[in-house]
Amino acid sequence: MRKTFYIIFLSFMMVLLYLPILVLAVYSFTDSANIGAIRGFSVQNYVTLFKKPELRDMIAGTLILAVGSAFISTVLGTLGAVGVFYSGRFGNLVVGSLNKVPVVNAEVVTAFSLCILLIGACGVDKSSFVSLVIGHVVLEAPFVYVSVVPKLKQMDNSLYEAALDLGASPAMALRRVVLPQIFPGVVSGFALAVTLSLDDYFITSYTKPATFDTISTYVVNATRGSQTEIKTALWALSTIIFAVVVGMVILMNLTGNKNEKRAGAGNEKDR
Amino acid sequence: MNRLHFQRSQLCIPYGLFLVCFVFAPLVVIIYYAFTDGEGRLTLANLTSFFSSPNTIGTLAYSLGIAVATTCCCLLLAYPIAYILARSRFKHKAVILMVFVMPMWINFTLRITALKEILTVIEGNLAYHPFLNTLIGMTYDFLPFMILPIYTTLEKLDNSLLEAAADLGADTVRTFLKVTFPLSVPGIISGIVMVFLPSMTNYVVLDMLYNSTYIMGSLIGAYFSAYDWHNGSMIALILLGIILVFTMFTNRYADEDAGSSRGGVLGS
Repeated sequence: MRKTFYIIFLSFMMVLLYLPILVLAVYSFTDSANIGAIRGFSVQNYVTLFKKPELRDMIAGTLILAVGSAFISTVLGTLGAVGVFYSGRFGNLVVGSLNKVPVVNAEVVTAFSLCILLIGACGVDKSSFVSLVIGHVVLEAPFVYVSVVPKLKQMDNSLYEAALDLGASPAMALRRVVLPQIFPGVVSGFALAVTLSLDDYFITSYTKPATFDTISTYVVNATRGSQTEIKTALWALSTIIFAVVVGMVILMNLTGNKNEKRAGAGNEKDR
Repeated sequence: MNRLHFQRSQLCIPYGLFLVCFVFAPLVVIIYYAFTDGEGRLTLANLTSFFSSPNTIGTLAYSLGIAVATTCCCLLLAYPIAYILARSRFKHKAVILMVFVMPMWINFTLRITALKEILTVIEGNLAYHPFLNTLIGMTYDFLPFMILPIYTTLEKLDNSLLEAAADLGADTVRTFLKVTFPLSVPGIISGIVMVFLPSMTNYVVLDMLYNSTYIMGSLIGAYFSAYDWHNGSMIALILLGIILVFTMFTNRYADEDAGSSRGGVLGS
């Protein structure tokens, strides 16, 4: 009885969460421009999405920026975490506490202050993409750092010493012994960095060149305009992203064994 | 051996420099701008004008109103979800949890677009209920961030405590009020941190749902586009102050595991 009630409640909440996305997905396959009046089946929205150079460039730009900035963040954040792990209290204090700032700070404040510094005080040209990339790395690297640190703490330190005793150079020991042990943290840090970059609006809008758009800034601008063709093409985009996310989650569940699944859901292994 | 130790710690230098240049320096710059005027003289005028102008105080009040309402809605919806997921014996708990946090990975502007279309069908014209729409939008956007930390705390709750309460004669309601709920407070606080501050500043949700009232985030943007960096910096600083008070308060109570919930599901 209670279980039935639970299932009904959870299902109801799921419907509420997914109804907008699913309705949009259905309408993205029709030729109607408004929700409510289904007309005929059509894949025109998907054709527009990939044919229109403006939309294609925007999607490609978003992806390149996300992967590129995530890569830089992963390298910086991982090196930072490893270095701090082996350094004294000073490094820990400086890097550890500065690292917390972008994590807890409101994105608008991060974006605004960075923009004032780079464009206002240093005279960086926005159209050079420098400020955009720095902005995204500021947003992402702290999260990479946060996901690598617990792995370092669980690491078996004697293995590193053993590698040195067996004749490995410190660099080699770091690469062959330390890196494999923290690798899951590095990978999840990278994945997190990509999702943060894809989802970001504020930092992008403050630091981007005027002619460049990511999905977020493009969508926000499109809702202000009234071009039906673009509006419905974005429905198609939202459907594709939804499908990709669902696919990734299914893949993660299929590949991960039971133990990893538990950890994934409850952050168990991180403790 | 000492030399090796030194070399390994040097690895943090690039990241340390990066943080100093692009996290610390911007803070210094906004503090400078916040307390100077156009001619570079030290002044408190930006601070006093914020707290004496009815417009800016109104914006602060409206932002706080939205943030409080959003946090309450998220909490009321997320707690039962997290509780049911954590305390019941569903076979595919991890999968169900995934379903609830998955929206987090879909671009929020696209999700709000979807919500906007649905709300337009239901309400006809979005302009009639700006506060309600914003509240729905924010709740829709931030709900996963509240579910995750509460779930994490409830999931690791010691079952023997609940059994002890039952053995000592407490009924279900009493057990919940006296044992489960107090022990889940750290998760709740982590969730509040994740939801409260973003909903004070996420002006995009308001924009997209045609709510033209300013919140703190839009105020920064308005000053920024008007090149009024002094007042803009003061707003940023006030937000930073709110965040600082918040984190100082929550560091004491929040659950460390649940705190990193933004990456909670990805972290394995």
